[in-house]
Amino acid sequence: MRKSAPLLIAGSALLGSAQAGQANDFSQLERGRYLTQAGNCQGCHTPPGEEPFAGSRALETPFGLIYTPNITFDTETGLGRWTKDDFWRAMHEGKAKDGSQLYPAFPYPHFTKMPREDVDAIYDYLATLDPVRKKKPENELPFPLSWRTTVKGWNMTFFEPGVFRPDPAKSQEWNRGAYLVEGPGHCSGCHTEKNLLGADKKSRHLAGGKLENWAAPDIRGGRHGGLEAWSKAAIVEFLQTGRNAHSAAFSIMSEVISYSTQHMTETDLAAIATYLKDLDGEERAAPATPDDAVMKAGAAIYFDNCSACHVSDGSGVPRFFPPLAGSGNVNNPDATTVIRVILEGARAVPTKRHPSPLTMPAFGWKLDDDGIAAVATYVRSSWGNSGGAVEADEVRDLRSLLAGGPP
Amino acid sequence: MLASAAIAAPAFGRTISGIPWVPGLADRPAVPDPARTFFTAAERACVRAISARLIPSDDTGPGADEADVVTFIDRQLAGFFGRGERWYMKGPFSKGTDEQGYQSESPPAGLYRKALAALDAHCRGSHDGKAFDELDAGVQDDILAAMEDGELEFEGVAAPAFFALVLENTIEGFFSDPIYGGNRDMAGWRLVGFPGARYDYRDYLDHDGKRLDIPPVGLAGRSEWKTP
Amino acid sequence: MARKLPPVDVVLVGFGWTGAIMAQELTEAGLEVLALERGGWRDTPTHFPPTLAPDELRFYWRHEMFQDTARETLTFRNNASQTALPMRRWGSFLPGSGVGGSGVHWNGQTFRFLPSDFIAASHNADRYGPLPDGMTVQDYGVTYDELEPHFDRFEKLCGIGGKAGNLRGALQAGGNPFEGRRSDEYPNPPMEMTFAQKQFGAAAAELGLKPFPAPSANMSRPYTNPLGVQLAPCTYCGFCEKYGCGNYSKAIPQTTILPVLMGKPNFTLKTHNEVLEIRRDSSGRRATGVTHVDVHGEVFEQPAGIVILCAYPLQNARLMMLSGIGRTYDPRSGEGLVGKNYCYQVVSSVDVFYEDRYTNQFVGAGALGMVIDEYNGDNFDHAGLGFIGGGYLACWTTNARPIETHRTPEGTPEWGAGWKKAVKENFLKSTSVSTHGASMAYAQNHLDLDPIYTDVYGRPLLRMTYDFTPNDRAMTAYLTDRAREIAARMGGREIKVNAREGAYDSMPYQTTHNTGGTIMGSTPQNSVVNRYLQSWDVPNLFVMGAGVFPQNAGYNPTGTVAALTYWAAEAIRSRYLRDPGPMVQA
Repeated sequence: MRKSAPLLIAGSALLGSAQAGQANDFSQLERGRYLTQAGNCQGCHTPPGEEPFAGSRALETPFGLIYTPNITFDTETGLGRWTKDDFWRAMHEGKAKDGSQLYPAFPYPHFTKMPREDVDAIYDYLATLDPVRKKKPENELPFPLSWRTTVKGWNMTFFEPGVFRPDPAKSQEWNRGAYLVEGPGHCSGCHTEKNLLGADKKSRHLAGGKLENWAAPDIRGGRHGGLEAWSKAAIVEFLQTGRNAHSAAFSIMSEVISYSTQHMTETDLAAIATYLKDLDGEERAAPATPDDAVMKAGAAIYFDNCSACHVSDGSGVPRFFPPLAGSGNVNNPDATTVIRVILEGARAVPTKRHPSPLTMPAFGWKLDDDGIAAVATYVRSSWGNSGGAVEADEVRDLRSLLAGGPP
Repeated sequence: MLASAAIAAPAFGRTISGIPWVPGLADRPAVPDPARTFFTAAERACVRAISARLIPSDDTGPGADEADVVTFIDRQLAGFFGRGERWYMKGPFSKGTDEQGYQSESPPAGLYRKALAALDAHCRGSHDGKAFDELDAGVQDDILAAMEDGELEFEGVAAPAFFALVLENTIEGFFSDPIYGGNRDMAGWRLVGFPGARYDYRDYLDHDGKRLDIPPVGLAGRSEWKTP
Repeated sequence: MARKLPPVDVVLVGFGWTGAIMAQELTEAGLEVLALERGGWRDTPTHFPPTLAPDELRFYWRHEMFQDTARETLTFRNNASQTALPMRRWGSFLPGSGVGGSGVHWNGQTFRFLPSDFIAASHNADRYGPLPDGMTVQDYGVTYDELEPHFDRFEKLCGIGGKAGNLRGALQAGGNPFEGRRSDEYPNPPMEMTFAQKQFGAAAAELGLKPFPAPSANMSRPYTNPLGVQLAPCTYCGFCEKYGCGNYSKAIPQTTILPVLMGKPNFTLKTHNEVLEIRRDSSGRRATGVTHVDVHGEVFEQPAGIVILCAYPLQNARLMMLSGIGRTYDPRSGEGLVGKNYCYQVVSSVDVFYEDRYTNQFVGAGALGMVIDEYNGDNFDHAGLGFIGGGYLACWTTNARPIETHRTPEGTPEWGAGWKKAVKENFLKSTSVSTHGASMAYAQNHLDLDPIYTDVYGRPLLRMTYDFTPNDRAMTAYLTDRAREIAARMGGREIKVNAREGAYDSMPYQTTHNTGGTIMGSTPQNSVVNRYLQSWDVPNLFVMGAGVFPQNAGYNPTGTVAALTYWAAEAIRSRYLRDPGPMVQA
């Protein structure tokens, strides 16, 4: 069974350390490993199928491609010559060893919330990994973003270093959850909309974001939030097993669950749930009623193609095939994910608890842009959903983009 | 001793780990290219006439002609099926027993070519120089029955083997998915009430012997998928 | 010159059901296992998703799921006086190829053989006297009770839906009262029966028979198996047998084992690699590995501590013959064992046509059926009947794929206006009672290597010499009569009897239940493998699959094939690994 006992202790000890730097009986290495997982460092620092943590994964940002660095302790190409202080400066201030600015694709605006003890623990853990010699390619960023000094200005506007400060008015569990979500978990990275300069829109905190041609849903759990209908237990189940009665994880969230959250303690996941459930959303205006003819075509396509898994009433088969009724992805005002999943399919993340990679097949070869727009419109406007209509142009653009062409 | 480098080199073929999946990829059906055909105009006319007798157009509904079965057969013969690419076609060849199945040394396309030439010669020789498709339906039926029973003998090609193949292909063309060129407008499926390439009948399990009206759909869809 | 690869603990030849089970069991024991599969990788979302799976022409009639006969087939003749000719395309049976093997395109009808089936020779001789001349039926060497836990394991792996008839010795209403003692109920409830099954059930009950729902590997509800792998509910689409299932609702290796197995560091799968030969050391008593060839024609030598044949039964027998292991059976002298006791099954049916009731047979599933077992095995008194064995009778609604399934009443012509009218009128309003008869081994039915025809590598094809026997004919006539009695009471306008008469015909589809050729038994004089499926001649060689059946029973074989595989795997784990060598002393 899961080794919950020592990690449970760690959970509370870590909270303690965030406040007072108490000693704990949890080995520094275990703690570093746990936090490295909690931060999903492996996700960004590992291209699919390559050596873990050795970097060179291309991150698609709106500004161009950024290749992640090697964070194994190779002396030439990794962190081998970095001191603990260097590492702390990177995590806390977003500065490289030579003092140059790191791009905020590296989520130091979140990692800055981590206390020194936690950052040191990660350093110690990374130092135990087999060093891999691997030099990352040059970033592909256009002028003036290629000037790292540009980021200085960005930092002055959007970045304030500082470790997490618990809210004394909230419970210890809430504070632990807030720390994990806003600090190592850096959930905002995907789930918060960015402004034109790529910084979080504060008013849209965790209300859904977009990256790498995926739209990440609203994960606020309070009133009007995207996870309003999810219980705390459902959130824990999702992060632990990759699926629950409401949804299944795929795409980038697969990596988060696979590398990170499925390994976290139940106590920590419950803390995350507690924090998310306390975030209220705002009421959304109902979208315009879609065209009748489009809905009719969409209904026919749905009946003929989708009901075998998602069932004729959109209820799905919970934990097997995600329900579409009430789905955060389906109701996302940004239809990118819905369109993309229909075009190229999607695979539920295999986890320790649920090793099956249940996969939706691709429909891009079978349905044309009008058809995909119609069926997407239908599922977004049926069974109480209010995602709104999808236009064929949106499908055409994404299809072209995914095929490597112009949008 | 073998060099260790040789031992370390991977075997060809694929070594698979994990469950591979590529977004967007599907082993999609090979829809035949309409430009690739096999029949000459005369052969096409003859096979069209044969299929129209095997599944005639009458008051029970459309037949092989409306379903465009001849186009289906033409495209099949122009493809891997016609060339016998997935059949064992090594010799030696001999006639064999009925229980031993297809033993022609020609793959399907070759059998059609030879048999259609022989049939044409037979028709023209015994019916005032007329081709099969120019004959009355009753005469056509008699010729087909004679082929089926082996009463009609063709030089160098077994008439019953050809008849069995053309009947098999006609039924295929009447009932296979419309992407293959036959079953036009799902005429065959509509005739019998088959709902086609569907994947979910859970809502109908308790039909209790009553008729269900579910519109047929092909792999390429149905007209209701189109937004006006 | 074969390139030598690094050794592994175990090499599996073929990667279908038996290969996947063996790989899972032996990797659990910590062994390094390599599976060599001559076909390609296949999986639900890419190769048979709902977007493309319901395609009758492609998958059945153009044989996309099956072994490619252009590369290799077998030759067939009804008897030794004929010249065997190649099966130029498949007909009567459909061997699979590719990951999952025939286990991808099976229907999911998952029976256990009867306790008496495993002791067919001694049981029938005790009850009815000596077996007839030429009948070479023998006991399996393993009993139902020994296999019971392994049947149970496979049923739980697959999420079989059904109703127990004999739970730890207590008969259960609604189940099969003739089945062997079960240690547990099925993991899932039976499938939902449709109109035709209800008519059959009522008719059978009227006759005093005990109908029960067929044990089904099509999921009656969402199911997570003991390995944690998920199977989704069946949607009754009717594209099961001869097709891959598009929505994870049929138990196949991919939906039950592979998600766990494929991630193990001590398991490797190589596709597009065909095994040419089992290699042995100079003593001939020890397998040293296999020789295999990839799609580019490069030949490799794969050393291994244990070699396990997990290919299709016909292929396992052929590979032993090509490798010169054991002596190939010769019916004239009666000597040799490899290729002996080839058996099949004898199926027939009685169609029922309704006037104004719709069977709507497109609402179907591979293992959606009601069954009666009164006429199977030795569940009835055979005295004076002139045969042993039997079969189950069932009303299945597996499909309405119209090229294949368009029943017509007695007297309907084969083509033309009369045929068309009959097809139109009866397509939605017919069903069938089918009989699934056993096949008893006879001296003249066997497998050997063909003297003329060769495969793509120039190696001899397997030659099959097979015809129905007097026992088969008497049995199928009897079963067909029983089916007629039930069919006549199902409320139809008329029935049509499709008896199995005449010589065995290799072309019309019957079943893919080829058995024998590498049979199991109690001594090296009567069998190729011992009760643990271990070769008598080469103790580090094991042979899985229905080829080990000394004769075939009146059931679909997969349940028994899988139970025997688990049984053999357990023997390897618990005994062979501790003390490698013969597990049964000759």
